[in-house]
Amino acid sequence: MLNFELLAPELTLAATAVVVILLDLGLKRKWWLAAVSILGLVVSAGFAIAMWGGGSLALFNNMLAVDNFAIFFKLLFLVIAALVILASTGYVAKFKRFQGEYYALVLLAALGMMLMAATAELISIYLALELTSISLYILVGFLKDPKSTEASLKYLLLGAVASAVLLFGMALIFGFTGQTQLGEIARSLQAMSLSGVLASPGLIAGIVLMVAGFGFKIAAVPFHMWVPDVYEGAPTPITAYLSVGSKAAGFAVILRVFYSAFGMPHWLSLDWGLLFAILAAVGMTLGNIIALPQTNIKRMLGYSSIAQAGYLLVGMASVHIFLPASSYLPSVTGQSGLLFFLASYALTNLGAFIAIIAISGKLDSDLISDYAGMAKRAPVLALALTLCLISLIGMPPAAGFMAKFYIFSGAVQQGLLWLVIIAVINSVISAYYYLRVVKVMWMDKPASRAKVPSSPALRVALALSCLGVLLLGIIPGFVMKLAQMAAQVFVF
Amino acid sequence: MDFNYLSTIIFLPALGAVIIAFIPGLSNRAIRWLAAVLTFIPLVLSVYLFAIFDRASGAIQFEEKLSWIPAINANYHLGVDGISLPLVILMALLGFLVVLISWKVDLRPKEYFAWLLLLETSILGVFCSLDLLLFFLFWEIEVIPMYFLISIWGTGRREYSAVKYVVYTLFGSAFMLAGILSLYFATGSLSMVDIALGGLAMVQSVMPVAAIFWLLLIGFAVKLPVFPLHTWLPDAHTDAPTAVSVVLAGALLKMGGYGMIRVVSIFPQVAQQFAIILIVLAVVNVLYGAAVTLRQTDLKRLIAYSSVSHMGYVLLGIFALGQVSLVGATMQMFSHGVITGLLFAMAGLVMHNSKERDLRKLGGLARQMPVIAVVFSVAGLASLGLPTTSGFAAEFLVFVGSFTSAAVVGIKLWTILGVLGIVITAGYILWMLQRVFYGPPQDKFNKVKDADVLERVYMFVFVVVIMGVGIYPAILTDVIKAGVMPVMGLLGG
Repeated sequence: MLNFELLAPELTLAATAVVVILLDLGLKRKWWLAAVSILGLVVSAGFAIAMWGGGSLALFNNMLAVDNFAIFFKLLFLVIAALVILASTGYVAKFKRFQGEYYALVLLAALGMMLMAATAELISIYLALELTSISLYILVGFLKDPKSTEASLKYLLLGAVASAVLLFGMALIFGFTGQTQLGEIARSLQAMSLSGVLASPGLIAGIVLMVAGFGFKIAAVPFHMWVPDVYEGAPTPITAYLSVGSKAAGFAVILRVFYSAFGMPHWLSLDWGLLFAILAAVGMTLGNIIALPQTNIKRMLGYSSIAQAGYLLVGMASVHIFLPASSYLPSVTGQSGLLFFLASYALTNLGAFIAIIAISGKLDSDLISDYAGMAKRAPVLALALTLCLISLIGMPPAAGFMAKFYIFSGAVQQGLLWLVIIAVINSVISAYYYLRVVKVMWMDKPASRAKVPSSPALRVALALSCLGVLLLGIIPGFVMKLAQMAAQVFVF
Repeated sequence: MDFNYLSTIIFLPALGAVIIAFIPGLSNRAIRWLAAVLTFIPLVLSVYLFAIFDRASGAIQFEEKLSWIPAINANYHLGVDGISLPLVILMALLGFLVVLISWKVDLRPKEYFAWLLLLETSILGVFCSLDLLLFFLFWEIEVIPMYFLISIWGTGRREYSAVKYVVYTLFGSAFMLAGILSLYFATGSLSMVDIALGGLAMVQSVMPVAAIFWLLLIGFAVKLPVFPLHTWLPDAHTDAPTAVSVVLAGALLKMGGYGMIRVVSIFPQVAQQFAIILIVLAVVNVLYGAAVTLRQTDLKRLIAYSSVSHMGYVLLGIFALGQVSLVGATMQMFSHGVITGLLFAMAGLVMHNSKERDLRKLGGLARQMPVIAVVFSVAGLASLGLPTTSGFAAEFLVFVGSFTSAAVVGIKLWTILGVLGIVITAGYILWMLQRVFYGPPQDKFNKVKDADVLERVYMFVFVVVIMGVGIYPAILTDVIKAGVMPVMGLLGG
């Protein structure tokens, strides 16, 4: 049965991308391209919202799932893409050519991410992942200066290796279970006895290789080597896109794969839970410590995003299914905490990058020391960036506070108190480098008195993301509820 | 209750902060008046609450409860009992007075007053919150204004001190967060009232209760501060601007003591089990703090270290776990808040008027600033516990209460050791007053001015409160006793 109407959000987006490229041929005023792209995103979001709560449906022989979980992520990606496009308008205007391609690629990457959140089958996971990745490879190199080109090449090469590793892992899983559909894999795993699984180390190797492949996407240590260089070299809006979109998509796939395919039997989920817990502990510690001495703000946020991936993995580690019989807390705190954290992280990091686009666009520099006295030159931008940095530390009244509270409460619920203590101490370390930027902006003397202007589109994007950060920080109830509904899909 | 008194008290200063920060073109004069008015109203309201507070009831009063985040069962839940009400009044009082103390700040006044008002909101919020998440939210918000206030308007190594303050506080609250999460998981509730009433029967976890107790306690111990977690305090106090030192010593440290009393009421048995460790730490605080104070040559640093010593009495009173000692500890928090607030205000005036803060170079100032000298002496005498001042009433209750407490074995010896602190306090306070005000007049201070009218007004208020509570302590102890009774009930004594 082919229910094409279930694909409406994706089809809209693909059509918009084509339309944008075609319009680019004839249009003189290029800002129309951004307007059309955003229109497409809004329409697509409308379709997605209409499907919310429609139960779990499947398409193409269970290759694609349309459930609350997928829709939650689709909406998240659409919001991210819209903010990225708003933030790009001024930046892209500097390009002489290929403006249409830029917007179209952003839309196609978003399409890939949406498919990633929906796929329930190994091959289509791989295809969606490649659609996203290839669009992003091109976007990273869009500036065509040496740094950008190097970043793109590095991202391409390492990304290709990661894809190969992932594919190898998938092949092993397929070899041992004979299935590619996640639910079928789960069934055939449960049919195997404990000794049966232990006698096939290839299966475990397959799982580990898949973790490695996905680890690249979410920038988890030790698969993070590409992050600082790519973040520094890429056009700043694309850095923002990578840091939130690509990461969120990676987590969407990981959640679905590990929960659906490897969630049972229970001891198996404990095993990979522990693996993620270790990756989380190492990731946040390493990311935070290396971020300390950074002088370039994009690099610093690169390492910070590695650390944030560590916090997110805390949520992943507490996802496994076992729950004490006496538990009366909502049984999906781990998953929904992860979803909520992703939403809040996306808004926060986008806000920070948008402020950086505005400031660096004027300064023509990404050095933290050049942000001196920004509170005098651009008080609103400085205040917004400060809010986002406070949110990244995880302090109220910003979204990051609630996100950490929520995700860590899931971990405590699963008895991972040690991991939570490591995580909270890491937040303290991170305060040091985030506050350094705040200090430079508010306390140091400005190099010049010239004001820093920002375009209306940037201001709208910044206002939206800061508003989101505050809303999620003060009255997070609504989004938490959505996250819980989205996570319910996985509760058997 | 129709009118939401507590919300009004908490959020009026924040409203002021928002107005000051986001309305362009306000004159400095308008900013100051706005700040004064929006801190004066909470003060009046809190005194009104104090007047109508039902002293016969140990229950939470003036409660407000709204569902906040249903997904995790968190509520916007405010209320005060006899323990938190005096602290709310203390903060409201200091909040208003520091605006007067800051009247002459002319460096970036817009930001200064906005942060100052936000600071007041967050501290008031801590004292009024009955939901652990809300409590923690206010607890954390406080760090940000403090960071800016110290690092922009401070003196000396202000940026170092500000970051040190932030890192210590976040370190403490990191453990506290882990503790709150564990408690939440163990009981399924974030309500302090429910958890305390339900007792440990609600805890159904594999986690040892003592672990949760210590996680929470570390967070409060950093704030109080308890030796050896106190090293942020002298730096932050010394480098903060005067008004911020007043809030820091006067109200902010009390968040630690207040939190500890709440922890005791949640874990009475565990508190009893570990009380002796904390009492020893309290005595170390008192004696070590006092000894270090003796050696200080910087005026503000001296007062800062004296706070470490005085907070030791609070810790002693809390963990002696007796009714009288708990009343004394709460009383001491209030009394120390006012006294040390005045000490810092006076030290600020001396430094501002004479441009000198080194005790070795000060001297003979009683001639040039007689009013300041008298008021500084009153504050000093109150600090060393002279009868008729609030310091006497508070410390007397702490010592009597601790000495007679039956809850902890060996408490008598430790109390006696703690009393020795009083002797050292008398030593450093008198020596400090002597070095600042007496001795031969120095020519370089000939042009130094005394306090002006505005400064005399706030001095007067401080002195009235100190003497008033000292002469008639029952005005406070009645209220505090109402708050301590339920805690004693839980302790089974």
